[in-house]
Amino acid sequence: MTTLLIAEHDHETLKDSTNKALTAASQLGGDVHVLVAGGGQGTKAAAEAAAKLAGVTKVLVAEGPAYEHDLAEPLAALIVALAPGYDAFVAPATSRFKNVMPRVAALLDVMQVSEIIKVVAPDTYERPIYAGNAIQTVKSKDAKKVITVRTSTFAAAGEGGSAAIENAASAADPGLSTFVGEEVAKSDRPELTSAKIIVSGGRAMQSRENFAKYIEPLADKLGAGVGASRAAVDAGYAPNDWQVGQTGKVVAPELYVAVGISGAIQHLAGMKDSKVIVAINKDEDAPIFQVADYGLVADLYQAVPELTEALGKLGK
Amino acid sequence: MKVLVPVKRVVDYNVKVRVKSDGTGVELANVKMSMNPFDEIAVEEALRLKEAGKATEVVVVSIGPAQASETIRTGLAMGADRGILVKAEGSVEPLAVAKILKAVVEAEQPGLVILGKQAIDDDSNQTGQMLAALLGWSQATFASKLEVEGSDFKVTREVDGGLQTIKLKGPAIVTTDLRLNEPRYASLPNIMKAKKKPIDDKSVADYGVDVTPRLEVLKTAEPAGRKAGVKVKDVAELVNKLKTEAGVL
Repeated sequence: MTTLLIAEHDHETLKDSTNKALTAASQLGGDVHVLVAGGGQGTKAAAEAAAKLAGVTKVLVAEGPAYEHDLAEPLAALIVALAPGYDAFVAPATSRFKNVMPRVAALLDVMQVSEIIKVVAPDTYERPIYAGNAIQTVKSKDAKKVITVRTSTFAAAGEGGSAAIENAASAADPGLSTFVGEEVAKSDRPELTSAKIIVSGGRAMQSRENFAKYIEPLADKLGAGVGASRAAVDAGYAPNDWQVGQTGKVVAPELYVAVGISGAIQHLAGMKDSKVIVAINKDEDAPIFQVADYGLVADLYQAVPELTEALGKLGK
Repeated sequence: MKVLVPVKRVVDYNVKVRVKSDGTGVELANVKMSMNPFDEIAVEEALRLKEAGKATEVVVVSIGPAQASETIRTGLAMGADRGILVKAEGSVEPLAVAKILKAVVEAEQPGLVILGKQAIDDDSNQTGQMLAALLGWSQATFASKLEVEGSDFKVTREVDGGLQTIKLKGPAIVTTDLRLNEPRYASLPNIMKAKKKPIDDKSVADYGVDVTPRLEVLKTAEPAGRKAGVKVKDVAELVNKLKTEAGVL
């Protein structure tokens, strides 16, 4: 059996989510080839990084303008063109592949298995349903498997390989959609899905300014990524790419600090696998305290600056 | 332009679901069911297009048990013009749903299909993309803004790094994210009016689609629990615990 892992990268560097999905792909048991599709110079560098990953036996590169902006139609067409050589298609469950993989699955007449958290056997996987309130074990009866991987539950594969890099056979761009523009936040903070520490704010933050005044200094003191609850994003206090939860990003950092977050089911679904959870909330009955290792019942507007200062004294 | 909006009947988002003790699934008896929240956003967006004069008709379709007609009525009460119920028993997987929807699209010829990005029961996030693939149409998932440009569309999407705007050649598939709009509540007069709106009764057999599941569910289990920890009295104690007990600082 041979598995094609589709790499997540930002057209410059390979993303950590690729390393994590590789761990899942390797557990399927066969050879793992990696497809790096992108536009421009950076694609080659990402391919070279992929070739060094332990367990990868071949890297396929597809470089072209059609792959520059992660449009679903040309990338799906490319993967389908490569399909005859593969038994399984694995990708991290990032927004790019949540978009592309079901399109691939339908074109191959395969029922995709979304966001697996465990490989039980080459054809059997665990995946969360109902916002993680139940875990289903499913066995795929399709000849080919199409799988997305919830990266927060798999360790990142390391280096140690030296795979050959080849050009992938090209596929025609269906030309159904075109890129217009993007608003990508530039930040020096770690990305949510790979951050070791995350500080998140909720509705109680009351404004975007308060995020900047209270949450961000604490995050920067900890070298943390910044997250937000759905309520905070809906209210416009935080941008959409900060949202942690069932339908936002699913994270599992070493330390998750929830500030002014009540703990709705859909938020817990996105962070309850964190190693240590701290909750700061003035409502002592807030559901977030039921999952928090350390709960502080306090007014965040006092407690957070105090915490930031205390960490400063620790030399953070 | 006609707009087709597929909707799913799911366990209400406020219900805390319980896994059956024999591991065969989750408890669905006597549980409140509602329209999938992302599908409500889809219905709302279609209605706004109609109110802005960009759409001529909004058709709501649901695939599921007889009670899914209630979900369709919800859409009609919000303002949709008519419904189609495709009766199906048991769980119908996204791939099979997409195949049935393809047949519905071929019969109805909409210029746009708007769907929720995922259903909050199986959290699959697949149906829209699969439908686009089967039809050979363009797709824009996770939409936070939708503009009609003739028979084409300009869509802003919520992606991991921020926002992306793309242009779709119509007819197209769009799936909704949370920030696209805030769905309206149906008014009482509209709920009454909805009772008179037509719902076409169909069955899976009418479309000749094989809905045999491809995934065999071996087991459904409770997730590993997480116990509440301790309450600390102040910031100093918190920092101390994080440093010495948790070792994360």
